[in-house]
Amino acid sequence: MAANKPAENVPSSATIRPMRMLLKALALFILVNLLFAAADPLPWLGRLSAYNVIFPGRERLPYGDHPERAYNVSVLNLDAMFASHEIAAGPKPPGEFRVLLIGDSSTWGWLLKPGDTLASQINRANLKTADGRTVRAYNLGYPILSLAKDVLIIDRAATEYQPDAVVWLVTLESFPPDKQLFHPLLQNNPGPTRRLIERYGLEINPNDPRFVAPSFWDRTLIGRRRDLADLLRLQIYGAMWAATGIDQDYPSYEPAAINLDADPTFHTLKPPTLNQSDLAFDALDAGVRAIGKTPFLIVNEPILISNGANSDIRYDFFYPRWAYDQYRAFMTARAAAGGWHYLDLWNLIPMDQFTNSAVHYTPAGAALLADHLKDGILQLSKISAP
Amino acid sequence: MNLTSLIVFVVISLLVGLATAWSNARFRPVALGARNAVMLVGSVLAVYWLQSSTPVRGLDFWLPTASLGLTVIVWVAVTGLPRAGNRRDTGITLAVIAAVIVAIALTRYVDPLCCLTPSRPPDILAVLIGLALIAALAAGAGFLFGNRPAWLNWAILLILAVFVVLKTDALSQAASALLRSLTGQDTAQASALDLRWLGFSYIAFRLMHVLRDRATGRFAVSGPLATKPLALSEFFVYVVFFPALTAGPIDRVERFVKDMRAGNATGTSPLLRSADIIEGGRRILLGVFKKFVVADLLALVALNGVSAAQVNSALWMWLLVYAYALRIYFDFGGYTDIAIGLGRCFGIRLPENFDQPYLKPNLTVFWNSWHITLAQWFRAYFFNPVTRALRSPKETPWLPAARFFRSPAFIILFGQVGTMLLIGLWHGITWNFVAWGAWHAFGLFAHNRWADFMRRRNAAGDPERAQVSPALRRIMTAASVLLTFHYVALGWVWFALPSLDLSLNVFRKLFGAM
Repeated sequence: MAANKPAENVPSSATIRPMRMLLKALALFILVNLLFAAADPLPWLGRLSAYNVIFPGRERLPYGDHPERAYNVSVLNLDAMFASHEIAAGPKPPGEFRVLLIGDSSTWGWLLKPGDTLASQINRANLKTADGRTVRAYNLGYPILSLAKDVLIIDRAATEYQPDAVVWLVTLESFPPDKQLFHPLLQNNPGPTRRLIERYGLEINPNDPRFVAPSFWDRTLIGRRRDLADLLRLQIYGAMWAATGIDQDYPSYEPAAINLDADPTFHTLKPPTLNQSDLAFDALDAGVRAIGKTPFLIVNEPILISNGANSDIRYDFFYPRWAYDQYRAFMTARAAAGGWHYLDLWNLIPMDQFTNSAVHYTPAGAALLADHLKDGILQLSKISAP
Repeated sequence: MNLTSLIVFVVISLLVGLATAWSNARFRPVALGARNAVMLVGSVLAVYWLQSSTPVRGLDFWLPTASLGLTVIVWVAVTGLPRAGNRRDTGITLAVIAAVIVAIALTRYVDPLCCLTPSRPPDILAVLIGLALIAALAAGAGFLFGNRPAWLNWAILLILAVFVVLKTDALSQAASALLRSLTGQDTAQASALDLRWLGFSYIAFRLMHVLRDRATGRFAVSGPLATKPLALSEFFVYVVFFPALTAGPIDRVERFVKDMRAGNATGTSPLLRSADIIEGGRRILLGVFKKFVVADLLALVALNGVSAAQVNSALWMWLLVYAYALRIYFDFGGYTDIAIGLGRCFGIRLPENFDQPYLKPNLTVFWNSWHITLAQWFRAYFFNPVTRALRSPKETPWLPAARFFRSPAFIILFGQVGTMLLIGLWHGITWNFVAWGAWHAFGLFAHNRWADFMRRRNAAGDPERAQVSPALRRIMTAASVLLTFHYVALGWVWFALPSLDLSLNVFRKLFGAM
């Protein structure tokens, strides 16, 4: 074994002046920070991804409350989110009928393994269109209840990833105007969100104070350190995603409430009348416009219908009956007026097939929903040009 | 050591280093005194500040206090009660340390200042009683051991016993239950994790080194301690020097004190050169990068108890094992770089702990370059004495007289197995650490026998035939490095995981048997 070796000798102090060196280092540090702030390369960096190159693309957009257990991390960089998804793997393969599934946490697959999500269940059916194309569903759900978030994703995916059809699953909880901008994903992407507001006339204040406007200093290397670390972690977790196929933490959970409070309110609204103006139908219309000429199907997604205490007042934790019933009527009328393909599957899944929330279902629930969507998707394929 | 404490340490170290380096001859003695005071007070404060919180009431105050108390007691046991010549220095040191401890305890009563410790310090009366107890124990140690150095082996055993309790989950849990019962807490909540004694693994080995040297008559027989006795202040800084508190290295006291005293003899020779500050800064930056960038990123994919059961293919399992191997090196190596860099700013050249270990062509050289100071400690205090004793029938009459037991191969095997098992157990008393130690012991023994065989074969054969071309030699070296790295990396499978079953499953996955 080696003898203790003291640290190596270095040049004599005559040639090195520590204060001068410190000052130079400080100047260099400041310069690099200023250049970084001026260039603001975060979006560009977001597009640099190890996914679909070294690691397989993720089957759903990155999201993780407990990164170390989920091997997944939430990032607010839209470019990085999409770059990590399998949909960004390359051009659409010939013979693929590409279906984008848009929605909230139920579409994303909260508490579901990647192979049990709605998209996976549809893909497992190996559907063929009449012209011989194979249906391939892509999970572009994201665990936020906000139609504006859906529009943000549709706007990007519809233009960049050549969909043949879009299936958009919505629920009433995504409609209240106060939900539209509540999440940091929208607040931290003011540019794309404001473009949506402008392009589609969304009824969101473009100068809403919740929009994050990073100052020059926030855009420096120091200011962006958290974003950079998240980007790096997202890439590193790609190895664990590839190694384990795990992209979500599966904690034990309290089942969704069956016995409910005798509370008839929905957000700040009271019975008996729900007005269309109380809901962000402008965002729904914007999404339809963002989809463009691609055939689409809008689905009122299944909810838990309780038979417990006060179930005569509420369907579940989220919805009082009076509000939800009127919402369904609005949706049906809008779909008819707009000539949309629309499925109201609100009561499709039995109460015992929900997990920790009134909109999160079990693998069996997802399979049931997938079964009901197959026909709708094949219908869309008939009006989609190859 | 987290980033906040690191930044504080770096700023203090650089300020002290620069002030010391720039002090001219006139102010140099003042600078030296100030530097030593900062090292002493800073280290005492760091012992409390870095201690993690524990659910046992007051324990995050008492564990650091015990570290300091043990240091005083061992110093008295080794050097005897202060004599007239060093009473003043000892008195000042004790007064400073006691003042710092009392000041920390008093923060309990001053809300804006509370607390340096993770939780509120105990009542001041309890603290004073604790300090009095330490003083009594130290005085007792002076009387008991002063003229009976051989008795110091009992002190070593006592420290080892504490070490065993801390490193054995069941014993730690029992100790925690005992402490909880003393503080009136629920003993059912006791956990092995309650007893996280900051730096004890390193403190204990520094103390045992000094105790053993004194017991065997090797203490202060040459070097700086032979000319001037070890002062309490020097010993304190040596044992709890804050850069080396959490992750070593385990220096030798003579070498450490030599650095502390450098420049003291004349008062005019430089304590520090600018180059020391530059080199210290370089090592700190390198260490920060290794630890907080490379190691922490690798930690996201490194093998652990959870991922070991989740990985679905041999290829990815290999990747996780490689990631663990690199992670543990960059993590530990990074901390060592930071410690060496901080030490350098104070003029202390802490010994290197790593020397490109994964680029070594065999396991013997690997163990000369991995956690060097720990390996040296075990070599000095276990391997060498044991193998020496085994060679001498007089010292080991209990060993059978048969030639096998006195053969070099058996002696090497015995020494290496013992050493590596102990190094394994130093990390924690679990079967997995035993397996890791045995894995390396077997590897070292196999390499030793192979090297011996090749030496004899080459000596007996045609020297020209034994020579190989430089190209072939390079290929063989590269292959040896790869083989050694993989042997070490596979060894981490025992080290990283909590159970033998899980480790065996990982081996099965690695080699496609699952």
